[in-house]
Amino acid sequence: METVGTTDLIELEGVEKVFDVRKKTGFLRRERHQVRAVDGISFTVPRGEMVGYIGPNGAGKSTTIKMLTGILTPSGGRLRVAGIVPSRERTRLAQRIGVVFGQRTTLWWDLPLIDSYRLVHRMYRIPDARFRENLDRCVELLELGALLDVPVRQLSLGQRMRGDIAAALLHDPEVLYLDEPTIGLDVISKAKVRGFLRDLNTQSGTTVLLTTHDLTDIEQLCERVMVIDHGRLMYDGPLAGLHEVGESERTLVVDLERELPPMEIESARVVKVEGPRQWLAFPAAQSAAPLVARIAARYPMADLSVREPDIEAVIAKMYAEKATS
Amino acid sequence: MKGMRVRAGRFRLYAAVAEGGFRRYATYRIATAAGVFTNTAFGLILAYTYIALWDERPGLGGYDQAQAVTFVWLGQGLLTVMALMGGGFEGELIERIRTGDIAVDLYRPADLQAWWLASDLGRALFQLLGRGIVPMAVGALVFDLALPADPLRWLAFLLAVALGALVSFGLRFLVALCAFWLLDGAGITQVVMLAGTFFSGMLLPLNVFPGALGDLARALPWSALLQVPADVFLGTHTGLGLLRTYAFQLGWAAALLTAGRLLQAAATRRVVVQGG
Repeated sequence: METVGTTDLIELEGVEKVFDVRKKTGFLRRERHQVRAVDGISFTVPRGEMVGYIGPNGAGKSTTIKMLTGILTPSGGRLRVAGIVPSRERTRLAQRIGVVFGQRTTLWWDLPLIDSYRLVHRMYRIPDARFRENLDRCVELLELGALLDVPVRQLSLGQRMRGDIAAALLHDPEVLYLDEPTIGLDVISKAKVRGFLRDLNTQSGTTVLLTTHDLTDIEQLCERVMVIDHGRLMYDGPLAGLHEVGESERTLVVDLERELPPMEIESARVVKVEGPRQWLAFPAAQSAAPLVARIAARYPMADLSVREPDIEAVIAKMYAEKATS
Repeated sequence: MKGMRVRAGRFRLYAAVAEGGFRRYATYRIATAAGVFTNTAFGLILAYTYIALWDERPGLGGYDQAQAVTFVWLGQGLLTVMALMGGGFEGELIERIRTGDIAVDLYRPADLQAWWLASDLGRALFQLLGRGIVPMAVGALVFDLALPADPLRWLAFLLAVALGALVSFGLRFLVALCAFWLLDGAGITQVVMLAGTFFSGMLLPLNVFPGALGDLARALPWSALLQVPADVFLGTHTGLGLLRTYAFQLGWAAALLTAGRLLQAAATRRVVVQGG
């Protein structure tokens, strides 16, 4: 039975995943203990939304994604994607979702890229006209034209990632899960991937759940972000709010024309000085522009760059606060 | 009606997978040429060894000298087709299980066993054409081989090879799936490969072994890979005997493929519950 009237494409209610881990403690002696990889998570994602799902390594992100694709069965709770219980009807769900694991590939290593797409065509039984149309669109937007006849093993990481994203979209999935889609990519490749995902979301209305370590991905793509740590949902809301909650700081790295004593600027503090280079920390929610203007007015500035707060630091801070409050 | 369309769709998918399996091996031309050279060189060495042996013991195992030498070249021709020394899909599957890439395979709307079977049959066909024909031709040029005159016997031989390829896949699929439990599939792969080299008849034709060992060797599935196709080629099995031979191969193929299905279900359950 598909739920009628709701627009939520992904629904989780108190979802848990507990792993039994056996540890060798001596000759033939084993100790068993349980690891709660996902510890009671609830959220919904409405159709057409693009949500960031972030957290440190081992927080439970990939475990959640695996449960959402049906290749892992939850130990408890309720989980539905497009009205389907993933672990019960994995194959039926596969027709409606697309998955990209940044560190794995679905492409056929030894053969030209186009051959993998022909397989996807058959595997998802995509009507011929539809397949042509989708492939042409992906090839154009992801700039794959020159790569179609190149064996996958010869592609660069960025090219391969674009190839993988195209492979996940040829059957018009309603939901796209992206697990670290920009991991290891250079700046230009990252920008290409982000631009494509933004257009995909706004033009095709594809619902996207994005897992990443790179806060810039989230900043440029998602209005909503969920933070998970130790298997629990720590935060669910807009990105700006995350910075407020975590009281995170951005860093302005300023190269002066010569060595000077630490600068004195309101609403920012110098955290490090190294020759003519100085590091200033300021609240992440605050704009950098007036700060830069103030520095430029008073100091001989040669160059500058802004560093985003480290997601791990933000989460660590949030965690510490929860513990004390 | 719908069921038929679905089946046709599945068939087209696995046909495409098999074609891919064929072409990925066809890409590596230099490796193929090197392999042909090796097979030919080994064939020459083994052929002279067999000639020496059959000079001493004419009619050993019921073969005359020409038949024995033909057996050598059939062995070299079928070595990679049956992946007797490895080199099939199993190494790749074991690696995917070890690294967790198998997760990617599991969420796809395709059956794991059927997928790998199609891809391995594509590979086997390429190996038969790319690495089977040339050594056999060299063998025929250098030695006096017992080649069948009847084209039907060539066909019967090809059918036995096809069934042997199924049995070979069935064996290696079981071995590869063990990686779900063993984490490292290298040990069992080695053991099974050694067993395969002996029990297929690769070292010596199985009919030279007397008594219980011979009976056992001829009853095990590995004999379906080389001994059986070679005997069909040499004309040992005809008429009803030929049908019995096919039934033997089919029986093993069915048993192994069914066991593979059961093991696959258990492995999938384990991954789905335990996360691999």
